[in-house]
This record gives sequence, structure tokens and C-alpha cells, in this order.
Amino acid sequence: MSDHAADDTVPEVDESRRKFLIAATAGTGAVGAVLTAVPFVASWLPSESARAAGLPTEVDLTKIEPGQMATFLWRKQQIYVVKRTPEMLASLSAHDAELKDPESAKSEQPEYAKNVARALKPEVLVLIGTCTHLGCLPKTRFTPGDASVMANWPGGFFCPCHGSKFDLAGRVFEGSPASLNLKIPPYSFEGDNKLVIGVDASAKGVA
Amino acid sequence: MRTKFATAIATLALLLATGLASANEGEHAGWQRAADNEVANLPSLQRGARHFMDYCSGCHSLKYMRYSRLAEDLKISDSLRDSYLVKPGDKFSDYIKASIPAADAQEWFGKPPPDLSLVARSRGSDWVFNFLTTFYADAASRQTGVNNLQLPGTAMPHVLASVQGVKTAVWNSVEHKGEDGKAVVVPEFKTFEPGVVGSLNDEQYDEFARDIVNFLQYVSDPSQVERQGMGIWVVLFLLMFTGIAYMLKKEYWKDVR
Amino acid sequence: MSATMDKSAGGFRAWLNKRLPVDQFVADQLTGYYAPKNFNIWYFFGSLALLVFVMQIVTGIFITMHFKAGEATAFNSVEYLRREVPYGWLLQYMHAVGASFFFIVVYLHMARAFLYGSYKGPRELLWVIGMLIYLALMAEAFMGYVLPYGNMSYWGAQVIINLFGTIPGIGPDLVEWIRGDYGIGDATLTRFFSLHVVALPFIIALLILLHLVALRQVGSNNPDGIEIKEKLGSDGKPLDGISFHPYYTLKDIVGVGLFLTAFAIVVFFAPTFGGLFMEAPNFEPANPSSTPEHIAPVWYFTPYYAILRAVPDQKMGALLMALSVAAFLFLPWLDRAKNKSIRYRGLASKLLLGMFFVTFLMLMWLGLKPADGIYVLLARIFTVSYFAFFLLLPFVSKADGNGPVPDRVTYHAH
Repeated sequence: MSDHAADDTVPEVDESRRKFLIAATAGTGAVGAVLTAVPFVASWLPSESARAAGLPTEVDLTKIEPGQMATFLWRKQQIYVVKRTPEMLASLSAHDAELKDPESAKSEQPEYAKNVARALKPEVLVLIGTCTHLGCLPKTRFTPGDASVMANWPGGFFCPCHGSKFDLAGRVFEGSPASLNLKIPPYSFEGDNKLVIGVDASAKGVA
Repeated sequence: MRTKFATAIATLALLLATGLASANEGEHAGWQRAADNEVANLPSLQRGARHFMDYCSGCHSLKYMRYSRLAEDLKISDSLRDSYLVKPGDKFSDYIKASIPAADAQEWFGKPPPDLSLVARSRGSDWVFNFLTTFYADAASRQTGVNNLQLPGTAMPHVLASVQGVKTAVWNSVEHKGEDGKAVVVPEFKTFEPGVVGSLNDEQYDEFARDIVNFLQYVSDPSQVERQGMGIWVVLFLLMFTGIAYMLKKEYWKDVR
Repeated sequence: MSATMDKSAGGFRAWLNKRLPVDQFVADQLTGYYAPKNFNIWYFFGSLALLVFVMQIVTGIFITMHFKAGEATAFNSVEYLRREVPYGWLLQYMHAVGASFFFIVVYLHMARAFLYGSYKGPRELLWVIGMLIYLALMAEAFMGYVLPYGNMSYWGAQVIINLFGTIPGIGPDLVEWIRGDYGIGDATLTRFFSLHVVALPFIIALLILLHLVALRQVGSNNPDGIEIKEKLGSDGKPLDGISFHPYYTLKDIVGVGLFLTAFAIVVFFAPTFGGLFMEAPNFEPANPSSTPEHIAPVWYFTPYYAILRAVPDQKMGALLMALSVAAFLFLPWLDRAKNKSIRYRGLASKLLLGMFFVTFLMLMWLGLKPADGIYVLLARIFTVSYFAFFLLLPFVSKADGNGPVPDRVTYHAH
């Protein structure tokens, strides 16, 4: 009668078989644990409702006066749509030296917005109204020469939180805490008067 | 002795569990039939979706189901979806609403037609199948001119009359003992006879109804086919894991004597 | 300091153990804790109960992210979870099926105690704590079922809460206090939500901890009902004991694998389990003006529900139902046999226990049936036999359970 359960006089313990089986069990278990985590982690992805609400937003451009801006919601973000006048467009080429990134090399915009006007159609500017510094809503300062913003102000946007300044194409000025130009979302046009925010013009084959 | 005792209890428990599992099936009257629908049958679901939008969605909503989800699951192309499913004025991502204003429905039928998203779960597929297939002519007692064996006194008119036609019910007079012991004559359903003929014969109409039931069963639980497919892999994986764990356990339990 | 600069595992281990008794815990509770070597199938269900508890907490946490407690929003939010949240259907089915599996495991766990006298001294407190867990679990499950606010949620809550109205004197006021309104509605739902998600899980977790501490204090019982600590080897360890780790950790992992396989089969292929786990009327929103044809609680409550309905008087029925649950608490003192395990008791004890198991299962089945015809008579018969068990136990156990018991446990290699 053995004195105790695990005895030295029992047959040799096959250590390598034990190590193998432990590894096999632990390995399978670990794979199982990761696979089990997938549905839980995936449940945090945007739901059907979020995706339905994130569908493209349509804008009637005839409702915006030249020189004016209107804001729209797309994917929970404020989108600025500005009908730019010829004067506003002319002001864009005069101050490259004061801009951090005049060619928009580092900022985020669709290919068709990588030009001076940063737009598919120069008269319509579409921006994501989120300051690229820490996320506040930039305010409009369209009047040129407004000394309260800065000397030789050409018109553009001013962020009240920390003082970042952007021109009428959303490009950031030197001296601003922000380092990137304002972002531009994917958008396209349907006819002359309808802007569709969220549908990329290059995907549609029109840019 | 104790092994037999334990086995007896376990067998009894298992039998009772099986009995319990079938406990809620309820009794089937003679005319009730099983729906026999197959929710994995994609063409059937697609037909059912089309029939529902054509005949039912005028009054009945599917308020938890989006057109987009429906088209995705049933593999219906965007253009077909927009032509045959999405109602004019609705976006493809909208939930499926009934066309009838609720106030009008209340006035015309006495109660608003219920939403049907979950009817296949709350009443069961068999119930829905029997409801769709047991309408009969009853101008005498019903304003709609029809009655229904599955839901006697239903406020719903026979919307599918053009398809099924309208049957005539034949009744037997059966004597029962009433509550006070006296004999009572009660009409009992015997059979249907063809009355007004519709565009489909009986067999074709059964398929038609089956497609709708199939579709409603899908709507009540859209993930069911995906769920079952996933389940096979999960169970296989778990069996494999259990097998390996069992080998490990046996190896160590060699020590115990 | 060289100890903190030492990068080897040994160094970290020493650093950790100086601050947290990790090695000590492993030695005391795992490799150094000796459990009887003759555990059989009935001994899986404790660890499985803990597994289900953890699963309910985890799935519950994720469901709470989407559930919107409120009369107008609850039902819709559950459908939203099932249809629109990625894998939301899996979370919801795991939680609903998990609740039923929790009770299957707990009932089998309790059955083990009946078979082997695990509730007898010195484990009376272990049993009482377990009964408190059972009571808390019943409250948790009841409130959880109300939350989706389907038609059975509403009417089930109506029936159960109204039972409290039978308490003499304070009854009607108590019912209004529980509901927080003149009828079941928003106030009831939101408070049940808080209790179900926060309060009761904490309480149950605490009770489970106490349950485990009480178990470790006295050590496990075993199918032969003899105390293994009475026969120690030369090393001071019980001769019939084996270290919990690795033997029972590895054995329990196999149990977990088998359990999860059964669980997965139900979750993926039959989550409503024929209407037993998720009742059909609950797929309609709560409707105060329309009672479902058969109001039945979920299957795990039906034994007590059958007893409630068997008594023709409402107050007496409620009282007997309460007594039928409370009776379990007295078991350690009602059972007066010397021998713990059914293996070493006579035929009378075996018949009595068998009668109780059959009674419990029959009452469970009867509680699901409508209360008419022969079912009424059967429910009454089995209510009598239910209480007969507790009333006869003191006498049968005293007469029947005193024979000789073996010296050492009976072990078959496996």
C-alpha cells in the first residue's frame, strides 16, 4: 500500500511527454482564448446603426451665398462648406512664405484637393471643421485686413482655443500651435448644384 | 449498487430534460400542419422578401430590419433591392416601415396591424404558415367576409385572396358534454373545399406561403444561418481541445493509485 | 539596490514575493492543498459554476454597453444588440443560455451534497453560504429576465412581485415599494437594472469567495463520506489525498472542455432550447393589457411555482413556496445519520433520497404545464412528497445511516 499518491517507486515519469502535452494544451487553450476575444472586441466596432447614420450627406449648393459658409454633419464631424468668391481665391497665392505647408504635402486630403485651392472645384471649399492642434472648432474670420487676428490677415479661420490660424484654403500659418493644414473629407458633385460629402470623387471616376 | 442508482437518476433526468424540451410544443389540431420551411434556402428567402414587400408591407412593418441588411444577407444586388424592395421615398438604409398610417389602420381594422419582425419567434413558424393557409369564406359573421382557423375572429382581410382564392369550410356537428353535463352540439372543422379560385393551385400556394414564412423566420433572427455555420467550427475546436486536455490529465493521473 | 537591478526571473520572483504572497498562495491553495482522490463526476460542478459566473459577468459587461434600461427603450435595445451590434447576437445568446446553464450546474452541484452528505458537519456553514448564493442567484436571474421587457418579463414580474403582497400587514405597501409605482413600469425596470448589474454581482462574488474560504478551511468531502484528514501519512499529508494542483486543476480543465462543448452546441444550434431558455411570449414587447396564454417562469423556478399553484389558497401557497426554498437551509441539522454518504446508508435512505430527486424533477415539469386537469392532482401529490422528504429525514437518517464505513476511500484508477 503506497504511503502517498505520487510515489518514487512507480514507473518512470515520462517528462518529455508531459512537457509536450502541457505545451499542446496550453497552446490550444491560448488560441481558444484569442478566438473567444474576437467577438467581444468586434462588438465595439461601429454598429449597423452607426454605419447607416454615417452615410453620405447631400448639400444643396444653391442655398449657400458666395462668400458664406454653412456647416453640415457627416460621420459625427462638423464639415465646413464655403462658397469662395474670386477675391477669396485670389488671396490664396500671396502668402506662401507665412504658411507651414503651402503645398499640403503633410496634411490629409484627397488627391483632387492637393492643389493651391485645395478643392475639386475652386469655388467650393470643403473642410473638416476640427483644428489639427487639439480638436476645437475653428471660427470664421473671412474679412481680410482684420488686425485682431494678425498683421496682413488675408481672411480665413481662427481657432479660439490656442490661437491657430488657417487661410481660406484651410492651410495653417506659421506661429500657430497646429502643424497641419485642416483636413479635407472625401466628396464629389452630382450636377452643378449638389455636393455629396462622403462619396470620393476619384472612386466615382470623376476626378 | 450505487453506480446503478446514479445511472437510474441520470437516465431519468435525461428523459425529463427531453420531455421538458418538447414541453412547449402545444397540441396540434387535425388541420394544423408543420411549416417545413428551410431558412438556409436562399431562393426561397428572396421570393419571400418579394412577396412580403408586394402583399404585406402595405400594412405590416418590419421595424427592426433594414433594407440594406436584407439585401446583404439575401444576396440581392443594389439595383434589384432599390427596384423591388425599397419603398419610394425610403433610403436603402432605412428600417422597413408599413405604408399605412397607424391612425387609419386603427380606424379601419379596429387595431393596428402588428409589426412582424419577431412573429416567427413569438408565435412560431408553424403558426404563421397555418395562419396564411387557413382563411375561409365567412360572410355571415365577419365584416371582412373571411375568417381564419388559426386565429378565429382575425381582423385581417384575406390579402392573398387573389393568389389562393377563397376556400369554403365544411363543418361537422359534434356532440360534446357541456360543463353542466348536458349535451352540447359544437361545430368542428372537417375539411376545406375549393370556393373562389385564385391564381395558384393548392400546392403552389403552399410553396408561396412557405416562402413568406421562411422569410419571416429569417427576419426574426437574421444571424441564424451564420450562427450555425460558426457553431460547427466552435464545437469541433472545443472537442479537439477537450481531447488534448484529456490526454494531459490521463498522463498525470498515472501517478495516482 | 542589486535586488531591483537583477534582471533574471528569479530576481523578479523574489521581488514580487516580498510584496505579495504569491508563492505562499500557490503552496497553500494549489500544490499544498490536498483533496480526496476519489472525486467522481459529481465533483466537476463547483468549478463549472465558477466558470459560468465569470462568463455571465464578462458577457454581461459587454451587453450593458448596449442595453438601454427604460420602459420605452429596453425591448428595442435588445433587438438592436441582436441585429446591429457586430456579434451582438452571440453576446446575448451566451448570456441567456448561460443563465440556464448556471442553474443546471448549480442544481447538479447541490445534488452532490445530497448524495454524499456534504452539508453535514463540519460543513454546515459551507452549505448555508451556498444556499445564500442560490437565493441571490435566483433574485439575479429573476431581475435579469425582467430587463428585456418582453411580455413574459412583464407578466412574470407581475406574478412574482404580487406574491409579496400576501405577507400579512405590510404586503400591499411592500409591493408598491418594490415596484416604485402603482404598477410595473419604468421605475421597476431601472432599479432592477442597477441591482442586476451592480449590487447582486458584487454580493454573489463575495459569497462565492466566502464559500471557497469555508471549503478550504474544512477540506472537501468525498463520495465515501469519510474524513481523509483522519488518516495522515508520514509526511503529514492525508493518505487518501492528492494535491489539488496538478491533479484536479488538470481534471477540471477536461470538465471545462466538455461543458463548453455542450454550451456551444446549445448557444449556436438551439439558443431558445424549444422555448425553455427564452420563452416565446418574450419576443413580444411588454403589454399590460394582454396576458400570455400560459404564464410560466423560466424552468429553473418551476418546481417552486408548481408548489405555489398546488395550494388552493393564495397566502398558504406563497408561504409553502417560501418554506420549500427555506427547507434546504435546515438540511445539516435534519440529517441525523452518522454516515455522510448515501453509499453507506440503508435502503430506506436511498428510497427517500430517490423520491426527493424524482419529486423535484416532476415538480419542475409540472410547473411548466397549465394548471388544470390531472396536472393539479399530480402537483399536490408531489408537493406532499417534497415536504415529506424533509419531515421524514430526521427519522430515516437516524435509523438508517449508522452502519460500518470503510477505513480508506474506494478509488478506481482513471
